[in-house]
Amino acid sequence: MLEQFDKAFESRIRLQIMSVLAANESYDFSSLKDLLEVTDGNLASHLKALEKEEYISVNKSFIGRKPNTRYEATQKGLMAFKKHLESLEKLIKQQK
Amino acid sequence: MKEKELMSELSSIRNLMERSAKFISLHGLSGVLAGIYALVGAYIGYRLVYQVGGGLIYRDYYVNDQEIIAKLIVVALSVLILSIITAVVLSMQKARRGHQKIWNAASKGLLLHAGIPLLTGGLLIVVLLFRGYFGIIAPACLIFYGLALVAGSHYTFNDVKWLGISEVVLGLLAAMMPGYGLLFWAGGFGILHIIYGSVMYVKYDRAK
Repeated sequence: MLEQFDKAFESRIRLQIMSVLAANESYDFSSLKDLLEVTDGNLASHLKALEKEEYISVNKSFIGRKPNTRYEATQKGLMAFKKHLESLEKLIKQQK
Repeated sequence: MKEKELMSELSSIRNLMERSAKFISLHGLSGVLAGIYALVGAYIGYRLVYQVGGGLIYRDYYVNDQEIIAKLIVVALSVLILSIITAVVLSMQKARRGHQKIWNAASKGLLLHAGIPLLTGGLLIVVLLFRGYFGIIAPACLIFYGLALVAGSHYTFNDVKWLGISEVVLGLLAAMMPGYGLLFWAGGFGILHIIYGSVMYVKYDRAK
């Protein structure tokens, strides 16, 4: 049972990031930071980890001189997220 | 993991998906108040147009007097500005209570997507005013406002979409019945706002 849980989503913040990206076409770094109430460094490291898994894609651009980094969930990431949710639900049903 | 933990995990995910994509600081009372302003505005407008007395809703002539038109525009703009101020103030209060930011990805999306039809409609109405097509103004206000609500509703409560559709339907009806413009205007901006505002207040704001 437990192997169905995605290692990448062991961290609560990473799961939260995926939730936001699953519900939105894309999301930028600072909005994500405000929403999840985490520090820059913390968020950046979790985003890096998800990027390494190819669960999210990064799009860097500039608005004026300010860097604007947007994140998007990849197909692979969305599938993994869905699977993770399904196993959570299954586990709940089993315990009932 | 215990069942309770699992449940809270799932509900926190759902909450976050909702919160990130939708502007939920919109307050139902701002709809109700906007409706009341609109009804007061419509009453003032009614008095301006029907100064000569008579209790009839329908009239055989069109409003062409420049001075009355100018006064009606001032009344309509005052209603609009008051409604916007009320909505912003109430949303800011609600956001503060919920420890949320009022200026976030969802509110930006809401403003952008509602803003496009709203601005288009506003400009069209100004053009129509200058060209003297006064009869089409009330339906055009309702239709474009309704379209703006439908477009923006993806970024907030679903009720807003239904309010938008109701406004569009009312606008089309108004277009078919020239002369009843003020009545439809009061219905769309007054009554509908009060109804939907109350529904939203009961659903999302009361006892929380």
